[in-house]
Amino acid sequence: MSFIAQAVPLEVPPIDYGAIAPLLIVLGMACISVLVEAFLPRHQRWPVQVALTLVTLVGAGLALGLYAGTGPDGITTLADAVAVDPPTLFLWGTLLALALGSVLLIADRSVEPGGAFLASAESRAAVVGVGGSRAGGVGRSAEERGYGSPDQAPTMQTEVFPFTLFALGGMMTFVAANDLLTMFIALEVLSLPLYLMCGLARRRRLLSQEAAVKYFLLGAFASAFFLYGLALIYGYAGTIRFPEIADSVVASPMSDALLLGGLALLVVGLMFKGSVGPFHTWTPDVYQGAPTPVTAFMAACTKVAAFGGILRVLHVAFGDSRWEWRGVLWAVAIASMAIGAVIGLTQTDVKRMVAYSSVAHAGFLLIGAMSITEQGVSGTLFYLLAYGFTTLAVFGVISLVRDADGEATHLSRWAGLAKRSPVLAAVMTFLLLALAGIPLTSGFTAKFAVFAAALEDGMAPLVVIALVASAVAAFFYIRVIVLMYFSEPAEDGPAVTVPGAFTTAAITLGVLITLVLGIVPTLALGWAGAGGFVG
Amino acid sequence: MLTAVPPVELPEIGAASGAASLAWLLFVLPALGALVLFVTGRRANAWGHWLGVATVLASFAIGLAIFFETLGLSPEQRTRELHLFDWMSVGSFTVDFGVRLDPLSLTFVLLITGVGSLIHIYSVGYMAPHAGGDGDDDHAEPGGDSSRRRFFAQLNLFVAAMLVLVLGNNFVLLYLGWEGVGLASYLLIGFYQDRPSAATAAKKAFLMNRVGDVGLAIAIFLLWLELGTVQYSEVFERIGEVGAPTLVAITVMLLLGACGKSGQFPLQAWLPDAMEGPTPVSALIHAATMVTAGVYLIARSGPIYNLTETGRLVVTLVGVVTLLIGAIIGCAYDDIKKVLAYSTVSQIGYMFLAVGLGPAGYALGIFHLLTHGFFKAGLFLGAGSVMHAMNDDVDMRRYGGLARHMPITFVTFGLGYLALIGFPLLSGYFSKDAIIEAAFGQEGWQGWVYGGAATLAAGLTAFYMTRLVLMTFFGEKRWQNLKSADGHDYHPHESPVTMTAPMIVLAIGSVGAGAILSGIGLTEWLAPSLGELRESEHGVLPHAVIPWLVVGISALGVLIAYLVVGRRPTPVERPERVSLPVRAARRDLYANAINETFIARPGTWLSRALVFVDNRGVDGVVNGTAALLGGSSGRLRRFQTGFVRSYALSMLGGSVLVIAAMLAVRFA
Repeated sequence: MSFIAQAVPLEVPPIDYGAIAPLLIVLGMACISVLVEAFLPRHQRWPVQVALTLVTLVGAGLALGLYAGTGPDGITTLADAVAVDPPTLFLWGTLLALALGSVLLIADRSVEPGGAFLASAESRAAVVGVGGSRAGGVGRSAEERGYGSPDQAPTMQTEVFPFTLFALGGMMTFVAANDLLTMFIALEVLSLPLYLMCGLARRRRLLSQEAAVKYFLLGAFASAFFLYGLALIYGYAGTIRFPEIADSVVASPMSDALLLGGLALLVVGLMFKGSVGPFHTWTPDVYQGAPTPVTAFMAACTKVAAFGGILRVLHVAFGDSRWEWRGVLWAVAIASMAIGAVIGLTQTDVKRMVAYSSVAHAGFLLIGAMSITEQGVSGTLFYLLAYGFTTLAVFGVISLVRDADGEATHLSRWAGLAKRSPVLAAVMTFLLLALAGIPLTSGFTAKFAVFAAALEDGMAPLVVIALVASAVAAFFYIRVIVLMYFSEPAEDGPAVTVPGAFTTAAITLGVLITLVLGIVPTLALGWAGAGGFVG
Repeated sequence: MLTAVPPVELPEIGAASGAASLAWLLFVLPALGALVLFVTGRRANAWGHWLGVATVLASFAIGLAIFFETLGLSPEQRTRELHLFDWMSVGSFTVDFGVRLDPLSLTFVLLITGVGSLIHIYSVGYMAPHAGGDGDDDHAEPGGDSSRRRFFAQLNLFVAAMLVLVLGNNFVLLYLGWEGVGLASYLLIGFYQDRPSAATAAKKAFLMNRVGDVGLAIAIFLLWLELGTVQYSEVFERIGEVGAPTLVAITVMLLLGACGKSGQFPLQAWLPDAMEGPTPVSALIHAATMVTAGVYLIARSGPIYNLTETGRLVVTLVGVVTLLIGAIIGCAYDDIKKVLAYSTVSQIGYMFLAVGLGPAGYALGIFHLLTHGFFKAGLFLGAGSVMHAMNDDVDMRRYGGLARHMPITFVTFGLGYLALIGFPLLSGYFSKDAIIEAAFGQEGWQGWVYGGAATLAAGLTAFYMTRLVLMTFFGEKRWQNLKSADGHDYHPHESPVTMTAPMIVLAIGSVGAGAILSGIGLTEWLAPSLGELRESEHGVLPHAVIPWLVVGISALGVLIAYLVVGRRPTPVERPERVSLPVRAARRDLYANAINETFIARPGTWLSRALVFVDNRGVDGVVNGTAALLGGSSGRLRRFQTGFVRSYALSMLGGSVLVIAAMLAVRFA
C-alpha cells in the first residue's frame, strides 16, 4: 500500500501515563521479576520475589488510588485503545486487591513444606525417582505422590510470581481495552501464564498437568471463537473500536447477520473465560487439578476480568442492539444457573463443587451484565468484588484441610471437621453462607444489587428463575455445612494445618471483606456506581 | 362474602427519642452475647450461659422501658422510627437499617425477650452437664460445658435475629431476620449432632424453609419493582397504586413465606420433625416465637392484605386446612413432643385464620399468638421436665401415673393444658373463642366453614390434649416394669428449680394472660399498627351462643378422651391394627408422602446426593436413578467425562446454538 512507502513519520499518540500507571507498574515489575528469576541464586529468589510482588501490587494500588482521587472522570488513551473510566478503576482496584490475596496464598510455604509449586520444566523422571523411593511402602503410584522429600526441596519454584504478574497485567489490560484487538491480545496475555500456572502443582502432578493441557486446548479453541467473531464484526462495522461499533449498528449497510454472528462468537469466547455454562466444561477439571492457590487466583481474578470485559462489550459496543441479543443471553444465563446448581449437587470433591458454584454465580453475574443500566454496571461490579473475596477465602480454607497425601478435597474427608477444628469450620460455614447469599454477608448484598438492576431493566421472570436457582444452589453449600457439623469424623480424617501468616492474612482479608460488604456495603456500592463507561 | 376493606388510616411516624433511642441495643446485646460465646471458646465454658441469660434479660429490661415510655404517649404518637444507618444503596434505591417501634413490634419484643429470658434460665438447668443428675448429660457431649456454651450462643443468635425480624422498618431487614432465625433454628434442631435423625430433621427444616424464603424474596422484589421502595411506611402508603393481579401475587408469595416459617399447609411437615432439637428450643423457637413469624408477617402486611379479598381468602383457607390437619394428626401420635408440635401447627392455623379475616381478626391473631406463647412454651417446658425425669423417653405409652412423682410439673402442665383447651376464664378461652366468634362472624358459607372447622378443631384439641395428660400423669405406672433404651430403670423425679421456676411463671401467664390482656385492652393498644378491630354484625350465629357451643364441644372432646383412654389400660406397644383414619393420622395424613411425590421426588437427587456424601462416597448416585431430575443430573454429570474432545464438542454445540438463536431472533 502506498502510505507505507511514503514513510510518513509515525505520530506517537499522546499517552496519559498517570492513568495507566498501575498497568505499567505491574507489567514492568513482571519483567524485572523475570530477571530476578534469571540472575539471583536459587535460595534468594523466594524472599525477593515475594517482596517484589507485594511491593508491585501495593505500589500499583497506590498509583491507582492517587489517580482515582485526582484524575478526570473517564478518558481514553494510547490512541483510544485503552479506556480509563470509573468501571476500569474499580475493576483494577478489585483485581489488585484480589491478586494481593492470591499472592499471599501462593507465597505460603508453611502449609505445604516448600510451597505448593514445582517447576513445570523439572523432568518427570527426577520426580518419579524421588517419589518412588518414598512411595513404595505406601503403595501409591509414584506420579500421584511425586514430591520431593522435605530435606531435598526446601525451596519453592518461584516462576509462579512473574507468571502471576503477567497474568494480572493481562487482566488489567483486558478490562480497560477499548477495542477488540487490544482485548484479544490482553486475553492471550492473561491466558498463557495461567495455562502454565495450572501445571505447577507439587502434588498430584498428572492431574495438574492434565488440567493445564485441557485448559490450554480449550482456551485456544475459545480464543479462535473470539477472533472469528472479531473478524465478522470488523466486516460489519469497519472498525474495531467499541464506541464506533455502537455507532455503526445504526448506520452500517452490511447484513445484520455479520453483526449478530460476530457478537455470538465474541460472547462465546468471553463466556468461556468467565466459565458461564455451557462453556464451563473446563472449569471443574482445571479448578480441581491446579494448585489450590492458583485456583484461587483463577477463580477470583479471571472471573473479574472476564466479566469486566463482557460488561464493556455489551454496554459500550452493543448496548443499543440489546433487543437482538438479550433473549439469547437469557437462555445462556438460565442454562448456566441450572447447570451450576444442579450438577453442583452431585459433586464429591470440594474443589469441583466450588467450580460448579462459580458456574452458577456466572449465571447471576450475567444477569447483571445484561442489564444495560447504571445499576447493571454497579451491581455487577459490586458482585465481582464480593464474589472474588469470598471465593479467594474459600480456596484458602480448602488448602488447609490436608492429610498425608496433600489436600483432602474429597467431601467425605470433610465429615465432622467442626469437631476437630471449630474455627476453620465456622469460617468455612460463613463463607458458604455468603456464596449461598444469606443476609449479612456480601453474597446477599451482591445478589440483591444485581437482581434489583435486572428487575429495573424489565427482566422480572429471569430474576424469579435466579431466585429459585439460588435456593437450589444453597443446598450444596448447606450440605457441606451439615457434613462438617453433623457427621461423624472419619477415623483417619485429614488434619487441619495451622496456617502460616500469609495464608491467615489472605483468609482473614477475604472473610473481613465478605462481612463488611454484607453489613455496610454503602461505600463499595458507591465506588461501583461512581460512573459509567466512556465512549 | 368478604367485603372490601376501606383503607386503614396509617399512623404518623415520629422520630424515636428517650428510651426508644436505645432500641438498637435490643438486638445488639444478644448478638454480642452470641459473638462472645462463639469467639471465646472454651474459656467461656464456666460463665458463658450466664452471659447468654444476662444479655437477653437486659434486652427485656430495655424492651420494658421502651414499652412504658410508649404507653405514656398518645396513640397517634406511638409509632416511631429510629434510623441507624443506610444499609445498601443501589442507584436510586436505598435500604435503611432502621428500627420501627410501634405497638405491634413492641408486643413482639416483650414476648421474645420475656419468654426468651425464661427459657434461657430453664436451659441453664436443662443443658447442665453432670450436675448430679440434674443435667441432660445423656445428650451432652464429652465436653459437656462446650456443648452448653454452643447452645447458648445459638440461642442468643436466635433472639437477636428474631428481634431484627420484628423491629426492622422495611421488608429487607425483615428478610435478614427471617434468614437469621432460620439459620439459628437449623443449627439448634441439629444440636444433638450424634443423632442422624437430628441432622435429617435440620435438613428437612432447611429444605422446606427455602421454598418459603424464595416466596418471600419474590414478594419483596415484586413490591420493589412496583413501588421502588421496601420501607414499610412508604409501601403501605402507596400500595394502592399496585394493580390487582400483582397485588394478589404479592400476597400469595408473602403467604408462601409465612407458611414455610410457620409450618402451615402445605409446608407443615418440617415442624414436628424439628422436635429433634433440645426441648427449650422446641419451646422458644418452635412454639412461642419463630414459628409465629408468619403471623407477624401477615399482620404487619395488613395494609396490603386489606386491599385484596382473594389474598385474604387464601390465608384463611390455609389457616382452616392447617388447624384441622394439626388437630387430627395430634390425636394419633404417642410421642409427647410431636403431639405438642402438631398442636402448635393447629394453633398457628387459628392465628392464620384470624389474620386472614382482615381488620376483623389481625388483633385477635396476635392476641392468640401471645397467649399461645405462654401456654405452649409452658407445655413444652413441662414435657421437657417429664422427659428429663424419664430418661429422655418421649413415648407416652411408657409414662403413666407421673402426677404424684412430679407435682410441680403436673400442676403447671395441667394449667397450660386447661388454657390450651379453652377452659373458661383461662387464657386460651379468651383468645381462641374470640377467633371462633370472628370466624362465625363471616357471612354466608365462609362463616359456616370457618366457624365449623374452628369449633371442630377445638373439640379435637380437647381430645388429644386430654389423652396426652391422661397417658402421662394418670393411670397405671407403666414405666415400672420397663427399662429405657439405654438399659436403665426409670426413676421419675421433680426437676431442679431453674427448670421449675420458669414453668411456674409461664403457668401463671397461661392462667392470667388472656384475662389481663383482654382486660387492659390489647386490641386498642395494637390499633395504631393494625387498625381498629372491626366486629362483624352479620354473623351466621348469634354471639351469645358461640362460647357455649365451643365449651360444649370441648367438654365433649374431654369426655371422649376419658372414655377412650382414661378408662382402659394403655398398651405399652403401639397397636398396629387400627382403623383407617388413625393410620392416616399416624402417617401425618400422608403429608410426607405427598411431599415425597410433589416436592421431594424432584428433590430425590438431592437426598441421594446427601445420603451419598453421608455414606462416605459410595458411588451409586449416577446409576439407576429413576427420578426425573436425578436422572438428568446424572446424565449431565456423565457429560463431564474428562475428555477434552467431548468438552470441546459441548462448547461447539453451545456456540452453534447461541449463533443460531441470535440469528433466529433477528431473522425469524
